Amino acid sequence: MKFLSKFYVAIIYLFLYLPIAVLIVFSFNDTKSRTVFTGFTLKWYEKLFTNDVILSALFNTLLVAVVAGVFAVILGTFAAIGINAMNSRLKSILLNVSYLPIINPDIITGVSLMLLFLFLKVKLGYTTLILAHITFNVPIVIFNVLPKLRQMDKNVYNAALDLGCNPGQAFKKVVLPEIMPGIAAGFLLSVTYSFDDFVVSYFTSGPTSQTLSVVIYSMVRLKVSPEINALSTIMFAVVLFILLLVNVIEVKKEKYETKMMEGEN
Amino acid sequence: MENNTVISLKDIVVGFDGEPVLRHINLDIHNHEFVTLLGPSGCGKTTTLRIIGGFVTPESGDVFFDGKKINNVPPYKREVNTVFQKYALFPNLNVFENIAFGLRLKKVPEKEIKERVFEMLDLVSMRGYERRDVNLLSGGQQQRVAIARALVNKPKVLLLDEPLGALDLKLRKEMQIELKKIQRETKITFVYVTHDQEEALTMSDTVVVMRAGEIQQIGTPIDIYNEPVNAFVADFIGESNIIDGVMKKDYLVNFAGRDFDCVDFGFEENESVDVVIRPEDIKISEPEKGQLTGVVESVIFKGVHYEIVVDGRDGFAWKIHSTLYEEPGREVGLSVIPDDIHIMHKMTGDDEK
Repeated sequence: MKFLSKFYVAIIYLFLYLPIAVLIVFSFNDTKSRTVFTGFTLKWYEKLFTNDVILSALFNTLLVAVVAGVFAVILGTFAAIGINAMNSRLKSILLNVSYLPIINPDIITGVSLMLLFLFLKVKLGYTTLILAHITFNVPIVIFNVLPKLRQMDKNVYNAALDLGCNPGQAFKKVVLPEIMPGIAAGFLLSVTYSFDDFVVSYFTSGPTSQTLSVVIYSMVRLKVSPEINALSTIMFAVVLFILLLVNVIEVKKEKYETKMMEGEN
Repeated sequence: MENNTVISLKDIVVGFDGEPVLRHINLDIHNHEFVTLLGPSGCGKTTTLRIIGGFVTPESGDVFFDGKKINNVPPYKREVNTVFQKYALFPNLNVFENIAFGLRLKKVPEKEIKERVFEMLDLVSMRGYERRDVNLLSGGQQQRVAIARALVNKPKVLLLDEPLGALDLKLRKEMQIELKKIQRETKITFVYVTHDQEEALTMSDTVVVMRAGEIQQIGTPIDIYNEPVNAFVADFIGESNIIDGVMKKDYLVNFAGRDFDCVDFGFEENESVDVVIRPEDIKISEPEKGQLTGVVESVIFKGVHYEIVVDGRDGFAWKIHSTLYEEPGREVGLSVIPDDIHIMHKMTGDDEK
């Protein structure tokens, strides 16, 4: 029985990570072969860092992700505050309207945005790309900030007013620190979604503002270059590193808090 | 207006979604007074407090503070501070910074902030906790911080919205005594909201009993307990036997099938009235010695006394508090002296319970 459960776990993780393992192994492959490992090399990594097309696409992706993330956070946070203050009927209507872009297939979002931009005669480029990304990021921010607002005791804001804050100060000193975890989560998720996005970017980017996923897509239509393997490996490593870092911080924080609690008793 | 009146509410009306919450509230609160707004949930007591705090704007009527109209003054410009329900401490700040919050906004010099915060920590017995994370404090400790955070600003009036509601019974009793002590020491006017009648009677100089958006009675705890104006107040302030009666003439009332001498007068002849008798004012005796007779229905031990229910001849179930045990099923006599019979006008219209 114990063997079975271990076997089951192994199968699951093999299923999840085998493709990535293959990709990593072949990023070090001496030849362009996708089936035989002929020898170890780092040359694809060297080539990657001299490939202007990929590097500028990477830059575009990061730029769009961060800029769209920042705007989405600002718009989404204020939207969440507004929605939270509404009466329940209006609130539920607006919440459903906000859900729609998330449930809506990307292809529809992408095509409709492209049509809108063409209709308004806006040239496809950075602006349209960033606007498109803000569009699908705002709901993500809203749904991360709203729970934090709901958790917050309404009287905390009133208490700030009571002690002499005007509404602006009360927001800055009391509300913002409270909902910050939600805003941060919203921002990180926005960046992740932007980074992840292919479909919407494909329809809304211009020839000079292509993101990584769009560039890779156009490259692999011919053949998968091992440089892509190298790039993917690096991205995977970065994400893995961030994940580990977050976990380590969490564990440390928990230990600190239990220590504080014990100190009290 | 009397010169020691600090807050005055004049004909305040508030509605919420078309439902009236406060109907024509008039209330004067005096300096150094401990006033309690008492009533069941939904009676408008918290709304009244929030009007004084500036969190609710009345539909009509005026709010005066020190003789000045403050209807449109926002909360952050009023000289009152509030202790909120469930404390509403700032979770991102430690104990010291929570208490210093109001002073920092007023740009009080750092040295004075320190002095005053520590003075407050002493007052609420929280010295040594100044660097603690407020989220890791117990309910009673959070309560103390909330009180200190409000009092440090030296408000003329402190508003307290059911501040002890989340504490357990023992802690609540301790905090009641402590709050009263703080109020005496600081001489700040306290406006206290609660639904707990015992709390109201223990702590207050003046009790304001509210029901369905209206003030029923204003008076000292003793007045309110001994001379309730109607059956609602009588029932809400402690337990009562409320029975229908008819006022035969001055000093004579008929209920439970016989006439009783009483001390009330000024009613119309044969007016229908509510007769209120406190459970501790009914004496149990041998059947032939009582004014009324009945059969003991149940006996419950309550610690200080037994709660005895006696089925009267006319079907009314009398609630009696006695330190002596009575055997259920036994026939007993009941008597009550004229002083303990309280006669009240029937409540009218939709006020009917």
